[in-house]
Amino acid sequence: MIDSKERASKLSYLPPKTDWMDTPTVYKEGMYCYAAKPSRLEYMDAPYPKDWSCMDEDWQLPENWKEIILEGMKERLEKYRTFKIFMDICVRCGACADKCHFFIGTGDPKNMPVLRAELLRSVYRNNFTKAGKILGRIGGARELTIDVLKEWWYYFFQCTECRRCSVFCPYGIDTAEITIIGRELLNLLGLNIDWIAAPVAFCFRTGNHMGIQPHAFVDMLDFFTDEIENVTGVRMEQTFNKKGADLLFICPSGDVFGDPGTFTCMGYMILMHYLREVHGLDCTWSTYASEGGNFGLFTSHETMKRLNAKMYAEAERLKVKWILGAECGHMWRVINQYMVTMNGPADFLEEPVNPLTGTKFENAKATKMVHITEFLSDLIQHKKLDLDPSRNDRLKVTFHDSCNPARGAGILEEPRHVIKNVCNHFYEMPRNCIREQTFCCGCGSGLNAGEDMELRMTGGMPRGNAVRYVNELHGVNTLACICAIDRAVLPTLMGYWAPEVDVCGISELVANALIIPGEKEKTENLRGEPILRKDVEPDEWYTRPDFPGREE
Amino acid sequence: MNKKYMYSLLAVIVLILLPYVGVEAAGLQVLFGIIIPYLAVLIFIIGFIYRVMDWASSPVPFRIPTTCGQQKSLPWIKQNKIDNPFTTGAVIIRMALEILFFRSLFRNTSIGLNQGPKISYVWEKWLWIVALAFHYSFLTVLIRHLRFFLEPVPVWLQWLEKIDGFFQIGLPGLYMSGAVLLAAVTFLVLRRIYLPQVRYISLAADFLPLFLIISIAITGILMRYFTKVDVVGIKELAMGLASFHPAIPDGIGALFYIHLFLVSILFIYFPFSKLMHMPGVFMSPTRNLPNNTRAKMHINPWNYPVKVHTYDEYEDEFREKMKEAGLPLEKE
Ligand code: HEM
Ligand code: SF4
Ligand code: SF4
Repeated sequence: MIDSKERASKLSYLPPKTDWMDTPTVYKEGMYCYAAKPSRLEYMDAPYPKDWSCMDEDWQLPENWKEIILEGMKERLEKYRTFKIFMDICVRCGACADKCHFFIGTGDPKNMPVLRAELLRSVYRNNFTKAGKILGRIGGARELTIDVLKEWWYYFFQCTECRRCSVFCPYGIDTAEITIIGRELLNLLGLNIDWIAAPVAFCFRTGNHMGIQPHAFVDMLDFFTDEIENVTGVRMEQTFNKKGADLLFICPSGDVFGDPGTFTCMGYMILMHYLREVHGLDCTWSTYASEGGNFGLFTSHETMKRLNAKMYAEAERLKVKWILGAECGHMWRVINQYMVTMNGPADFLEEPVNPLTGTKFENAKATKMVHITEFLSDLIQHKKLDLDPSRNDRLKVTFHDSCNPARGAGILEEPRHVIKNVCNHFYEMPRNCIREQTFCCGCGSGLNAGEDMELRMTGGMPRGNAVRYVNELHGVNTLACICAIDRAVLPTLMGYWAPEVDVCGISELVANALIIPGEKEKTENLRGEPILRKDVEPDEWYTRPDFPGREE
Repeated sequence: MNKKYMYSLLAVIVLILLPYVGVEAAGLQVLFGIIIPYLAVLIFIIGFIYRVMDWASSPVPFRIPTTCGQQKSLPWIKQNKIDNPFTTGAVIIRMALEILFFRSLFRNTSIGLNQGPKISYVWEKWLWIVALAFHYSFLTVLIRHLRFFLEPVPVWLQWLEKIDGFFQIGLPGLYMSGAVLLAAVTFLVLRRIYLPQVRYISLAADFLPLFLIISIAITGILMRYFTKVDVVGIKELAMGLASFHPAIPDGIGALFYIHLFLVSILFIYFPFSKLMHMPGVFMSPTRNLPNNTRAKMHINPWNYPVKVHTYDEYEDEFREKMKEAGLPLEKE
């Protein structure tokens, strides 16, 4: 892969000479994910499983594929007001054009949100509107052909459903919603990518995306228990599938499985131990509902619902009071905007109250599910955690707002409140790159595969660039986030655009700062890195020649 | 290279010639002065209502507002009530700001790629300013035209005219709204032609309403400023239309019929085109709903049961392994 500087210098935002409808879509190596294997679709009873590759000339489509798509569009136009209105009212003002990280990173005009939507809109006009039928090409209508279908596949899997475009559109047109529907249509023909279809099938069967079976899940956490004991000197046994526990705890399985998410997972475990030992609050893990994330969101509304159902089912079976949800981006989009509508009402749970502080989580009255940073913020505000932020003094932290908590919920201040209480050095990235205007990691919505690395590194360019900026300005060396996909993908992205910056979850930062009853004198954090010595000024520490860098 | 706007330009030229020839050579005043305007208003009203009802007939299954600020959560965390509304009242404020001030467009930035690489984001205010100028001047012009349909002319309308004509340019006074409208539309056309990205996303049809409005504004200004038209006659025609006793007075020039015809075309075109963004913005579910689904269950009218993988099925498959790992079981 070409180096980041060279990539940036080659970028051009000038569109090609030919009109977009006349510019054929060429599949570029590294810009797409592999096709879904038939076994995944079969497991989910999804239509048209087949052994195929997107580079094949023949996509093995059913005879009546066009009918299926058009019928599917019709059905969705009748079911989703969003879809219908977004098809009709775009004025092509271009305000969204340069807001998409994929456009910024690739310069490919079909990655402008408006054109991504036009790919579908052009067919809508042709088949569903009078003006389109009369005016044809002049009115922006075009026939649905196999090339159009292939164009859809390429570009709907080059959108991370991040909704940044929607923030700037004068009508709130959400290209993510259009991509969601577009992918749903493609799925009617069995045209998914494996990186989405596999986690979906795994999650349906084993309860989590990684396909970790119950005993292995327990093993994994046992292993972490040993690790934690090494660092803290305290053994922190966890409880699983425990009936009558106070809270059910659900985290994205990415944290259980991959570095550096594993440190966040240890953070959860330490927190749960602390709550049990110090405050008598009993949180249980579940192996059945062992996934917070939901790759169904990237497949179809129905698949999303099928996977999400486990959370309530398990909470009801275990008779817990309410559910505590961990750090994951798209998980919280589903919980905040879909869960109770799809699988509620959750009458069998209590309206969430923090038993330690008495705080009522009014905003979660119906779903009965609380975000871990809301919970932590509450504990910290009421001084229920014994914290020593200086243990994180080696870290100069910035915060990456993940797309979904930012634009699909508005969880912006809670994580910041927590970070500022467990770290002494916090720096914001520039205004246009955080909060509701935050830039995607470039790998969301199931695009975090290995084969599409080119796409990931281009899509992550604006984020990488902003981190690089605070790295140079303030010496930031840590990028905190509340998303497991971020933790899985950002290290690679940082390696490319902002070397020297490491990625961590908030719970890891909290756990490192937490003073645990019975702990040994801490010299290392969870990663085995020496923690800052009390007798040395932080800035001096940084300039010492023996400063242990953060690279592995 | 870019011929997209030629279609619309040609179409508008034809649309100008039609009434000119029709009135001057064929004496079709009744067609252009009565039948087409009535038809246009009818199509506009029916089409508009039909489209809005059609949107309304599709439900909003999920509550998916785009949140552009801090959610309501804990007492010590300050909510952004407007950009992340929790109540209907706050939604109304958010919508009012969108509709009256184009708040989202106000956020617009444009990127620049500099050496380093360093990406910069600069506030892009021009589209916002000009779009506001355009819409408000359009509205003012529209309201001012009520003077042709009302007798006596209401006082508030006279006031509006006074304010609008405050900077008197020549005699008779040229209204500000007309000049601003023409300038703003011209900007929007030039932007579409000269900004490479906007040009690239533009459809041929995107130029039609712009050229129509330019022509309407020019013919309007011409009538008022350069060629003396028979205002009394025009008012008579308008009052006749409004009171459903249409009649064609003598002595109204072809220029007026061109103006009227173009307006009729705009009305007819409206319900079939993107101009429907006007009612659409009120109905956009990413903006007009509070972000409170977690607190208040939103009902999906077509929610249906789906096939799930139950705990029992799960335990049946993994019972032995679960037992070995010491996990509690429902059935031993
Ligand atoms: C209420 C919120 C509204 C917003 C945010 C809005 C925004 C916009 C924007 C951004 C354009 C872009 C023009 C361009 O780049 O070509 C536009 C065009 C236009 N709008 Fe609106 N508009 C709104 C309401 C209305 C209303 C109430 C009307 C009433 C007639 C209207 C009529 C038009 C017309 C005629 C055009 C020019 C046609 C065109 O550009 O193709 N708009 N509007
Ligand atoms: S900002 Fe909205 S209206 Fe403008 S081009 Fe993009 S989607 Fe269309
Ligand atoms: S949702 Fe995000 S990735 Fe998709 S088009 Fe919009 S800005 Fe681009």
